[in-house]
Amino acid sequence: MRLLLALLSGLIFGLGLIAGGMTDPAKVKAFLDIFGAWDPSLALVMGGAIAVGVVAFAVARKRSHSWTGERMEIPAYTTIDARLLGGGVLFGAGWGIGGFCPGPALVALGSGLAEAGIFVAAMLAGMWLYDRFLQPPG
Amino acid sequence: MNIAWNLFTPWQSLVGGLLIGAAAALYLLGNGRVAGIAGIVASPWRALRTHVSLGPERNRLAFIVGLLAAPWAWQLIAPLPKATLDVGTLGLAAAGLLVGIGSRMGNGCTSGHGVCGLSRFSLRSLVNVLAFMATGVVTVFVLRHLLSGAA
Repeated sequence: MRLLLALLSGLIFGLGLIAGGMTDPAKVKAFLDIFGAWDPSLALVMGGAIAVGVVAFAVARKRSHSWTGERMEIPAYTTIDARLLGGGVLFGAGWGIGGFCPGPALVALGSGLAEAGIFVAAMLAGMWLYDRFLQPPG
Repeated sequence: MNIAWNLFTPWQSLVGGLLIGAAAALYLLGNGRVAGIAGIVASPWRALRTHVSLGPERNRLAFIVGLLAAPWAWQLIAPLPKATLDVGTLGLAAAGLLVGIGSRMGNGCTSGHGVCGLSRFSLRSLVNVLAFMATGVVTVFVLRHLLSGAA
């Protein structure tokens, strides 16, 4: 049941990314190009997702366990530091160069787009690099 | 500011967003976890490298399979929308590397901090989102308008 729910969540998430236009790097870049010919569409993707998300988190907070009996794990970190900011800066630079973020890249890879494969491979390498060399000890 | 009305797809994008929100809600209420895709990828990837059992990662792996299968499911109903890239292999590799490092360092991505973090009114996530949005805008501005000279 948990596996099926997770699979279905991923599937619906992916369909939403396709419907919203997030899997087209040109559309992502047009959203980020506020000083050029700006396409505000992706703000509606974000807005729509958050509108549902706000309700979901409000419901989730009142529950100690999920429908399948897993402990409800809502992140509780509040630290705002240079890593949080630096991570966002690096992420944004990569997003702006490629027009891909992790979810849409995986969906595009699933559609057989070879370029998405290059991006995903490099992303996995980046995650490894961080864990191996950049993560603070402890 | 110059809005490209010819590219604007408000309804499709809104529906896409609602679906993403519904998926995040299903994962949260169904499995008790936040649908942050960078984390969903990084965790089994770390387990694989450190030869730790993939057993605890199976929900995340199932989510990834769902993402990968989404284009297939879409095609059953409609043709896939086109994807246009304007960077070469080197650019894509650099982009992937930055997104990989950045998502680990900042502990989240467009879904983890963007969708889920903002949905629970996390100030921490807002800071990260503002950082990646601002840098994304600056990066596109530099690449598109400063370096190439084309508008």
